[in-house]
Amino acid sequence: MSDVISITGGNLALAGRPVLRGIDLHVGAGEVVAVLGANGSGKSTLVRGLIGLVPWASGDPRLFGQPLREFRDWRRVGYVPQRVTATSGVPATVAEVVASGRLAHRRLLLPLSRADRLAVRRAISAVELDDKRSDAVGHLSGGQQQRVLIARALATEPDLFVLDEPNAGVDQHNQAGLARTLRPLVASGATALIVLHELGPLGDLIDRVLVLREGRIGYDGRPDRFTEPAAAHDHHHPGGRSDNVPISSSGWTS
Amino acid sequence: MDVVTIFAYDFMVRALLAALFTGFAAPAVGTYLVQRRMALMGDGIGHIAVTGVAVGLLTQQSPVWTAVGVCIVGAVLIEVIRERGRTSGDVALALIFYGGIAGGLLITGLAGGSAQTLENYLFGSITTVSDADVWTVVALAAAVILLAIGFSPQLFAVCQDEEFAKVLGLRVRAYNLATSVMAAVTVTVAMRTVGLLLVSALMVVPVATAQQLTKGFKVTMLLAMLLGAAASVGGVVTSFYFDFAPGATIVLLALAVFVAAWPVGSLLRYRRRLHEPFPAGEVGLPHTAVPEDHDHRHGADCGHQAVLHGNHVDYVHDGHRHAAHADHYDEH
Repeated sequence: MSDVISITGGNLALAGRPVLRGIDLHVGAGEVVAVLGANGSGKSTLVRGLIGLVPWASGDPRLFGQPLREFRDWRRVGYVPQRVTATSGVPATVAEVVASGRLAHRRLLLPLSRADRLAVRRAISAVELDDKRSDAVGHLSGGQQQRVLIARALATEPDLFVLDEPNAGVDQHNQAGLARTLRPLVASGATALIVLHELGPLGDLIDRVLVLREGRIGYDGRPDRFTEPAAAHDHHHPGGRSDNVPISSSGWTS
Repeated sequence: MDVVTIFAYDFMVRALLAALFTGFAAPAVGTYLVQRRMALMGDGIGHIAVTGVAVGLLTQQSPVWTAVGVCIVGAVLIEVIRERGRTSGDVALALIFYGGIAGGLLITGLAGGSAQTLENYLFGSITTVSDADVWTVVALAAAVILLAIGFSPQLFAVCQDEEFAKVLGLRVRAYNLATSVMAAVTVTVAMRTVGLLLVSALMVVPVATAQQLTKGFKVTMLLAMLLGAAASVGGVVTSFYFDFAPGATIVLLALAVFVAAWPVGSLLRYRRRLHEPFPAGEVGLPHTAVPEDHDHRHGADCGHQAVLHGNHVDYVHDGHRHAAHADHYDEH
């Protein structure tokens, strides 16, 4: 079976400035890969390049074995961008934004099918925003907006999840919520590529860690050394390990 | 004059028909423009349309059709500039706008007309709409309304989050161009009713009014269309009985509705802000009680530093802050 994501010797430049160099990456079905690295190391650009949002100069990028340029099976990809994009000039409800995740499945000019509605409802339930489904996204808190974007990708029911810093500005409780949402999907064989600052509560889901350094892959391997707090941090957290923090029964909080 | 009188005049029936369709179409497209934060795009296309009208006068063609052509070219150009140049975009747009006005005046002069000739188009002249004109307006407006509603899921996704739409496999550029073309057509359709200088108001003001009261996109769009049609038809009727300029009356009516809706909207927003942090049915927010035993009550003379924290006082205890809560202290 072919790789879900593959690129060999990928170079990528933004506005004439090289951002990624010599990227070799092959992600197999069912792998959960975290992308770590300092700010400006190219993490976001890497995942955005791998789903075709920014063009590669070289490297023969492929999704599900097909060259990226020819790839049309977009219902297999679910993308969670950074949160800045959650609102726009006109109000939109949670259900409306999540329903847009179904567009890869829908035919032009036809209304939402029963399968579409079911997928939207399940996605909203998965992030526990059922009571907010008719609320305007712009009125939600930052963490809730992030969950709306996650639900939008869930509604696509993809085989590959690409999440760009889903935990930026999100507290420990809600990070644990994301871990609970992803766990069954990963168990059923979904592949995931997640840009993170630190593994945090997602740690035990991660099979493999990539560390980017100045546009190159500096580490590609097992996550063990990053799950130990001492290795992942160069400072000490007062008040003990993060798993001492009480987590509400659901995992998600407001 | 009673209500029936207005229908006795053929030119008024035509005017009302044109106003009704324009009133529905303009806010439908306007919703997408506002969503993309390009509320002034209609205004820009209106400037370009001046050149289109002038081309019509020069070549003795119907100004509506030449304006449609020139506006589409201009709108596509604006979209290309928006997509390409992130930094100098607004300057490029300004160049196009002023080029449109200046080109229009120059070509009108060449055609032997004056700025007076353009006035019908700049400020609207709904009562001089001919039979052929009205059917053109109705057909174009109907096409815009059908496209705006029929493709609303796709257009919504593209305007909401372009990159996500791309990953859904949507042809983002095609939908963006379609929105621009619809805006261009709407401007030309509306130029006879409200005039090119005011057309943008009919696209944007009803949307701004609707979103004072709504939480969803679909509701906002439909309400804006109803408000637009009401202001448009109401404006034509009012101008007929009071001999006002129709374009100005339509826009002022739309603005009056906005002024009326704004306090209601602010009240709704104010009430929501009051309730926001407390979800219904939740008794207390989760909190962390401090583990340390206290052999004293924190107070003015306990020796721990007092810190004002919101509506209460915390006491600094071994480097963290304690706040009194019932019979224990919380970590703050």
